[in-house]
Amino acid sequence: MLNILKNELTLESSTDHLSEVRNFVEVNGIKVGLNKQTIAHISLAVDEACTNIIKHAYSNDLTKKIKIKIKTSENKFTVIITDSGKHFDPNKVPEPNIEKIQKMKKGGGLGMFLMKKLMDEVHYNPKANGNELILIKNYN
Amino acid sequence: MADFNVSSRIDGDVNLIDVKGYLDAHTAPDLENEFNKLIERKRFKVVVNFSELNYISSAGLGVFMAYVETMREQSGDIKFSNLKDDVYSIFDLLGFPVLYEFYKEEKEAIQKFR
Repeated sequence: MLNILKNELTLESSTDHLSEVRNFVEVNGIKVGLNKQTIAHISLAVDEACTNIIKHAYSNDLTKKIKIKIKTSENKFTVIITDSGKHFDPNKVPEPNIEKIQKMKKGGGLGMFLMKKLMDEVHYNPKANGNELILIKNYN
Repeated sequence: MADFNVSSRIDGDVNLIDVKGYLDAHTAPDLENEFNKLIERKRFKVVVNFSELNYISSAGLGVFMAYVETMREQSGDIKFSNLKDDVYSIFDLLGFPVLYEFYKEEKEAIQKFR
């Protein structure tokens, strides 16, 4: 079940909820007047972060929860994503070599790279019981 | 639930895949199924028409990466057409234009197989 507050969303760990995640970012982006492309980039970055939590930190365990909180200031749009899964530092994921991945007939490993390309800052904080990921987009 | 639909058409020996809506980690398995069906039927020349695709995440991009080599080994390919600017910019960010052919119109992509 979803629990939507103004700037906070808690959801079950399922890819079924990714569209709600994107809508949540969009609503908050519109509220502070971000342009369409910036909103699209932040939504995609948050989608990638949640997809990674669902697949890697929680290994597709649907009973787990993801919490997303949005903070906005004059020139920063900050998204804080917390989970209680296995420790997973996105900054340790190497830059993907698409040609090599293709030759192996695989499709993964792009999410974290994309997230870092789309956002201005990505900070990872390991917690006693999980992970905290902070995504920041600067705007004027 | 994300709104996504995938369907196929045939133009001679070329298969056209139409993708519509939102392609994310939830909906990417539908696209994988479509590619698996084509491989079963030994049809390796594919054009994906993106004219009605609004959104793609890395899970969607990953599907093309996972299947393109199989198609190329069988003298086929996966070519892309009719992408909206927003969607193309994501492919571009990851360097796909070096490894895949992109066309404005579906017809041009089909012609490249002939």
